[in-house]
Amino acid sequence: MNKRWIILPFLLFALFGLNLSLGSVRIPFADILSILAGKNTTVQVWHDIIWDFRMTKALTCILAGSALSIAGLLMQTLFRNALAGPDVLGLSSGASLAVSLIFMSPALGIEVLSSPSPWAVVAAASAGCGLVFILVLGISYRIHDNTSLLIIGLMLGATASSLVSVLQFLSNAEDQQAFLLWTFGSLGRLNWNEIQVLTWILVLGATIAFLSAKALNAWFLGDNYARSLGVNISRSRLWVILSTSILTGAVTAFCGPIAFVGLAVPHLVKLLIRTHNHLILIPAVMVGGAALMLLCDILAQLPGSIYVLPINAITALIGAPVVISIIMKAKRISV
Amino acid sequence: MSDPQKILLQTRDLSVGYGKQILFRDLNLTVGAGNLICFMGPNGIGKSTLIRSLAGIQKPVSGEVVFPSAKQAHLHMAIVLTDRITSVNMTVAELVTFGRYPYLNWRVQLTAEDKRIIERAIAQVHIGHLVDKRLFELSDGQLQMAMIARAIAQDTPVILLDEPTAHLDLNNRVEVMKLLKNIARVTNKGILIATHELDLALQMSDVIWLAGKEGNIVSGTPEDLVLNGTFDDIFQFKGFDLRTGKVQHEAHLGRTIRLTGDGYTYLWTRNALERRGFGVTTEESGVSVMIGANNQWSVLDEGDLRTFDSVHDLISYLEKGL
Repeated sequence: MNKRWIILPFLLFALFGLNLSLGSVRIPFADILSILAGKNTTVQVWHDIIWDFRMTKALTCILAGSALSIAGLLMQTLFRNALAGPDVLGLSSGASLAVSLIFMSPALGIEVLSSPSPWAVVAAASAGCGLVFILVLGISYRIHDNTSLLIIGLMLGATASSLVSVLQFLSNAEDQQAFLLWTFGSLGRLNWNEIQVLTWILVLGATIAFLSAKALNAWFLGDNYARSLGVNISRSRLWVILSTSILTGAVTAFCGPIAFVGLAVPHLVKLLIRTHNHLILIPAVMVGGAALMLLCDILAQLPGSIYVLPINAITALIGAPVVISIIMKAKRISV
Repeated sequence: MSDPQKILLQTRDLSVGYGKQILFRDLNLTVGAGNLICFMGPNGIGKSTLIRSLAGIQKPVSGEVVFPSAKQAHLHMAIVLTDRITSVNMTVAELVTFGRYPYLNWRVQLTAEDKRIIERAIAQVHIGHLVDKRLFELSDGQLQMAMIARAIAQDTPVILLDEPTAHLDLNNRVEVMKLLKNIARVTNKGILIATHELDLALQMSDVIWLAGKEGNIVSGTPEDLVLNGTFDDIFQFKGFDLRTGKVQHEAHLGRTIRLTGDGYTYLWTRNALERRGFGVTTEESGVSVMIGANNQWSVLDEGDLRTFDSVHDLISYLEKGL
């Protein structure tokens, strides 16, 4: 084993510090440190900016990046497909549909939940993810060709998206705008209560993933070999679906559909750490995903400017070249 | 040393297939310790399906597969399938490690004993120089050896292999078969190979399972199955005489040549003449070919004696005289 993975925690730490110190209001780094240490500062509003805005956003980056990266890793292993990912196979769209059903249900004349709690939104989004996942998985048994599977995933995603559009069309302008903003993806909207929920979901999803590591490793050889090694395929598959669905569902519910992170991070991490052991890969992609998300967020703030770009635009800028390189080097980069 | 009486695997009225489509019916077969068994039959008859059913990764239609040790299937049988491994960035060492998975808990920590067994498996198939190579860097033959090492590392009494020599060149085919034969003998394992390698199977296997047309399997010693015509029945050889192991040629030229001599030179000269369409006899005939010392051929043709240095020249002369 090489020691290159040591870069990852350092990277995470540095980006976390950078993320906290950058923003539209300039706050000296020394003051940030003293605010974090709980001391009083010269300007009271800095305290609020750090704790209630930048800290929540940075933590959301870490949680969302980790969660999506685990989901991407699990899906790529399960499908043995380098191009699988929560947004590619329509999981994010499934979650979007579920969330929009909750928020825009008044348009259909039914009140699903008048004031949805964070947990309810997460549950709905996860259910949406799980449904799409099971659909895609069912189809993948009949169609073994990777390309066809991806196309079907895209179609399922498109179907879910168009249902969302219909809902939007029927909704009033205010709901529409809120939903449109949601689809851009946002990391800065979460309050401490929601961050708590997301943290628990991440702990749960990551624990399930860790406990499934042996089965996930065996999957690298394919279903038949995994079975011949004593792995209970159907049970492990259910656990993986559950873990992926709640992780993607929770992130999508709170931050909107964030593209490419789940797909790109496992590949980037595997370029750094060459192992097929998920007990190492899972924590590595968590750290890597958190770091990448912090970086994307820093870039989205356009340092020195008051504008904040949609996070999805930035993740796509980083993710798209990764996808292209995967396709170009299809033989060399594998799951 | 090996105890052929000891049964490692047994089927009881086993029927395999998919739903209503039954490929093999009511099989009662055994795999004995130290035996190399070749499982032969035409393409598409269901050899892979039976292998998967024996290994417990596909449910049989009816009947059962029993083994004497009351272990679970994955502790009793290791498999090498035709499935492609898609994770080509994996190293050979990682691949072989998977053989120990049935014995590991969720933390997949190898014990010293596990490591010893892995090293021994790698040594047994002579791929020590490949352990750090990634799978995409291997040739087909090397990859197959690595897969076999993985199966050996699983340390099971029985190994089932589905066409392990497909896509390999002659040297690799012979090497794989000899290796498996050796492992069966030395470690007293029962090894079952589904294969199309008729010549190798006849020379190497202790038992042959022949898949018949009616969903039955005939099991027997290779020589018996040749001599009693079972092979001919099942394979319906066209122009191939299994008893002599040669392709039958038609003497379409209508000319018979008397060939005298012995040894390899005689056999190969005869092969050449028959392939070109001459009839060959040892009786008196119009043209006579005598094999001399130092690979020389003398032809006596109506009192005219000529000598040639190669089969090529000999054939050219004979064909000119037609």
